[in-house]
Amino acid sequence: MSIDKELSEASLEDVSPLAFHLDPSSGVPTYLQLVQQVEHALRLGLLKPGDRLPKVREVVADLAINPNTVLKAYRELEQKNLASGRPGQGTFVNGSLAQATLPALTTLRRSLRVWLTDAEAAGLDEDGIVALVTSTLRDFTDRRDPDRVGSLARPSRKAGGLA
Amino acid sequence: MNIIETSGLGRRYGSSWALSECTLAIPEGHLVALVGPNGAGKSTLLNLVVGLTAPSVGELTVLGGVPAGSPAALDGIAFVAQDMPLYRHLSVADMLHLTRNLNRRFDTSLARRRLADLGISDKRRAGKLSGGQQAQLALTLALARHPRLLVLDEPTAPLDPLARHDFMASVLTAMADDGISVILSSHLLAELERVADYLVLISRGRVRLDGTIDELLDLHRLLTGRPDTCAEAGYSIIESVTSGAQMHRLVRLPSTDAPLPAGCESRPVGIEELTLAYLREVPAPPLAALTGVSR
Repeated sequence: MSIDKELSEASLEDVSPLAFHLDPSSGVPTYLQLVQQVEHALRLGLLKPGDRLPKVREVVADLAINPNTVLKAYRELEQKNLASGRPGQGTFVNGSLAQATLPALTTLRRSLRVWLTDAEAAGLDEDGIVALVTSTLRDFTDRRDPDRVGSLARPSRKAGGLA
Repeated sequence: MNIIETSGLGRRYGSSWALSECTLAIPEGHLVALVGPNGAGKSTLLNLVVGLTAPSVGELTVLGGVPAGSPAALDGIAFVAQDMPLYRHLSVADMLHLTRNLNRRFDTSLARRRLADLGISDKRRAGKLSGGQQAQLALTLALARHPRLLVLDEPTAPLDPLARHDFMASVLTAMADDGISVILSSHLLAELERVADYLVLISRGRVRLDGTIDELLDLHRLLTGRPDTCAEAGYSIIESVTSGAQMHRLVRLPSTDAPLPAGCESRPVGIEELTLAYLREVPAPPLAALTGVSR
């Protein structure tokens, strides 16, 4: 097992912008939760290429999880070309999942806020909003691309419908 | 290298076998969870591994081929027993002193640093420490011997959730720092998914399940469907529940790349679900094993 030991040499700028957390009731395997949190942060532009992921030891000490689980999550991110390990330094983000620029995301977020205010005024609670957004999104993708119907809902055997 | 390897291992007390026909090959670098009902043989296996008892039959080596109980094995293995063995009337400093003198290798500065980080004072009597601190002291004494294998017999049973989290964080950090292997007996199935990556399940003195957790999860599926359309022939049924026309059946596939049965829905299972199914499993006669146990 090769795990970074140079925690004491870490300078301030070395601190990862990301902190993992776990949802024990989600049923999603721990390594997958870590992978998904990195992907989520990449999508929202919270992580950029060159950012360091938390060191294995830090994640283990914080969350009391098996170091092999963290290594597995980082391996998966490397296979997806989203991160790469630098020997003795840690694992760094090298891909990006952001589909829009940060200003574009900010504008979209602003108009979504307006829409959410309307939805709340119309009497929808959080569950109602999620349900409406999910079904509208599905409708939208299906209509634009009829071949892809159901492709979102069919899990691969490995990931197995846990997500 | 296998950190623990057994072949046909058994231990008899009087006329009853606490453990029998135990064959394992556990590679190093894992945290192994040893689970099973009370009296299943977990402590017997751990006592054999650390050399506190000798096998009645079979073979047992540790640390890559070293006979269990030999001086080399004792040097490389640290053990924290169920009841946190500390001398209650001794101060923390005296416990350190004693442990250093009883062992060939003892890293006093590591022990002092760990205790300082944990805020455990040298002068306190071991018996006056909180349950969590006693567990951390016992763990510190074990880790300061720089073992290659750490054996923990239900160490977290008496601890509150926060103390348990901190204790496990200490164990797992030691694993990350020094690459030590850990074997831990526990009843806390909910915690397994997070802390363990290898599972050994013992029931009635026999090993029922062993392997990396990834591999075990890949080998099992929960089938849901109608009993008459679900073609699960060739899969071993671990647990089966039928209500009305619906059947839920936890099966073991012959191999990880075996095709999934047709005619019913199948989904992966979690480690807690899988472990519970094996623990509930009734050793049934061959006929019942084929048709499943209906409840």
